[in-house]
Amino acid sequence: MKHLLSIADLGADGIEEVLRLTDKFVEVSGRSIPKVPALRGKTVVSLFYEDSTRTRLSFETAAKRLSADTMTFSVSSSSVNKGESLRDTVETIEAMGIDAVVVRHRSSGVPWRVASWVDASVINAGDGWHEHPTQALLDSYTIRSRRGRLDGLRIAIVGDVKHSRVARSDVLAFTALGAEVVLVAPPTLLPPSLEGWPVTVSHQLDGLLASVDVIYLLRLQRERMTEALIPSLREYRAMYGLTAARVGCLRPDTLVMHPGPMNRGVEIDAEAAEDRRSVITAQVANGVAVRMAVLYLLLGSGVDLVGAAEPVGAVAVAAS
Amino acid sequence: MVDATGSRRADVGVRGGVVTAVEPTVEAASGVRVLDATGCFVAPGLVDLHTHLREPGREEAETVETGSRAAALGGFTAVVAMPNTEPALDCAAVARQVLELGREAVCDVHVAGAITVGRQGERLAPMGELAELGVRLFTDDGTGVQDSRLMRRALEYARGLGVTLAQHCEDAGLAHGGHMHEGAWSSRLGIGGIPAEAEELMVMRDIALCRMTGASLHFLHLSTAGSVAMVRAAKAQGLPVSAEAAPHHFTLTDAEAASFDPVFKVNPPLRTAEDVEAVKRGLAEGAIDAIATDHAPHDQSAKEAPWDEAPPGMLGLETALALALDELGLPIERVLALLSWQPARIAGIEASHGGAVMPGRPANLTIIDPNERWVVDPTRLASRSHNTPYGGRALTGRARHTVLRGEPVVIGGEVQR
Repeated sequence: MKHLLSIADLGADGIEEVLRLTDKFVEVSGRSIPKVPALRGKTVVSLFYEDSTRTRLSFETAAKRLSADTMTFSVSSSSVNKGESLRDTVETIEAMGIDAVVVRHRSSGVPWRVASWVDASVINAGDGWHEHPTQALLDSYTIRSRRGRLDGLRIAIVGDVKHSRVARSDVLAFTALGAEVVLVAPPTLLPPSLEGWPVTVSHQLDGLLASVDVIYLLRLQRERMTEALIPSLREYRAMYGLTAARVGCLRPDTLVMHPGPMNRGVEIDAEAAEDRRSVITAQVANGVAVRMAVLYLLLGSGVDLVGAAEPVGAVAVAAS
Repeated sequence: MVDATGSRRADVGVRGGVVTAVEPTVEAASGVRVLDATGCFVAPGLVDLHTHLREPGREEAETVETGSRAAALGGFTAVVAMPNTEPALDCAAVARQVLELGREAVCDVHVAGAITVGRQGERLAPMGELAELGVRLFTDDGTGVQDSRLMRRALEYARGLGVTLAQHCEDAGLAHGGHMHEGAWSSRLGIGGIPAEAEELMVMRDIALCRMTGASLHFLHLSTAGSVAMVRAAKAQGLPVSAEAAPHHFTLTDAEAASFDPVFKVNPPLRTAEDVEAVKRGLAEGAIDAIATDHAPHDQSAKEAPWDEAPPGMLGLETALALALDELGLPIERVLALLSWQPARIAGIEASHGGAVMPGRPANLTIIDPNERWVVDPTRLASRSHNTPYGGRALTGRARHTVLRGEPVVIGGEVQR
């Protein structure tokens, strides 16, 4: 497998592969020297056109723990501001000799365009409203590590699905693993068409709280108010926010999740974020290991996981 | 030989810019050039109601010269150049500039004037001054006239001049934030959508304004089933409306956006399979009068931007004929009606283009080989730009020769000057 652009590139088997590898890398991350030489000599470049310190650091940490060399190309400090085109930027980077480029951009589809211009592997770190595959993988991993499986679980994704790359990737990943997904939002925050989406929809949150295994809150951007999509943040919170009162209606084993960064007091109240059901910090922690798994899958062609608890033969690299 | 009066096997003689003979055999005197039309249709030259020649303002994408070469290769002997140039074609000065450039071109270049000054949609452009120069069509193409009061006055004023307004139907409010058709694909791909209603609302409004004012109205690039149905109904009521459709709206759907390649980005956007079928039926049955290319060159770097940042538009002049022959399943007479004599009438140039091929008439002809197989190579088109969505596609049918006012400007698929 050369690129990770969409969760669809992986399919259920591929997702399972990543989750299995992630277990190994969680173990590696727990060591006193959390490093393996698997990607030594490889260069991984972060090409982030959108500001995102957390995701970028997560990828860079992952690359470094695999002993890869990293380069960072972030828009504010680059020739992009001098008007260099996307293609020229990407081809310049590739000319320096790189193995993988991790791309985040505010426009849907950019990683696909980049993949058509370079020989390096391309990892989508978030493209517009479209996909964020590594987020969906770490979300799936987090759910599995707490509840043992996704198959048969009922997962509510609450909020601005229309503009959410996290939601699109999560729907693909969660349903591929056998979960039942319900989208909860006002009609204005749902995609114009849900044709072909393996989901159900509700415009009311309260009736669902007691029946879901996972409640996944999406960030609500404050700009949405100016786009005639919702009357106000206050009304949004009243109808769809995970308030302290609503947390009380959740079952004890229900997980509370959020991709971050949180708008406390909008889609989630502080009490909910800090409730013992919340796995939000675990999501972040798992992100590094998941990204190590993805980098290893794409770039580590059967290289030893030196110091691995199990022999290399136990780690199967997915066929491309 | 095929024209609006019918078809028959014939040789055609041309001299002094006019057709001199249409007979079963025409003897060529010595020194007379013979264009081999074996197995071909000899037809009035094609007329494109809707071409963007980009000059003045965006000469890196196309010029009057390069665009006219693409037109001639596509079998067109006349094009109507759209006014969204920089500066806009909203006054005699800019019109004169383009018409002057067109005098040396390998096809007849007519211009459409803007309806409003600068195409800003606020004040009427001097349509009378432009009509004096022979301009017969006016449009703010690129955008629709949003203000209903202004559109009403524009229609009334146009009626007084005997000219035709043409509308790019797009309600800016509903289209806001959209970069492809709003539907299942845009939802999946996470790209803002332009709903069919953005076009249909303005079609509906303008039909009402046409009824109110009695002015002639032409609908540019219809793309939705709903639009076609409304125009069909308006015609049935005897309203003076006409309509065109572009080849990409009868051959491609919004599924193409899944590649995220902005070569497929266009306005109005590629729509659903149902809309494509409706456009094809409209062309077959007469709801739509003409095929117009909406040839919209953009230089390569512009089309390599991310989808939502890239400008909309596709090339069309060199592929329109083949696509019409290959994809519509219509007899040659109907295809030529859509590409030649009907657009000539709408453009008001039927005196010199699209008319019957008979002695005394201007020799603006195209000789079409309906069986020539060729593959679209974006790097080998005459256009300065390469943004065709048909790169690599095998097509059947091509203009072998094109004759402009008696001069063979294209012979054997090669421009002669």
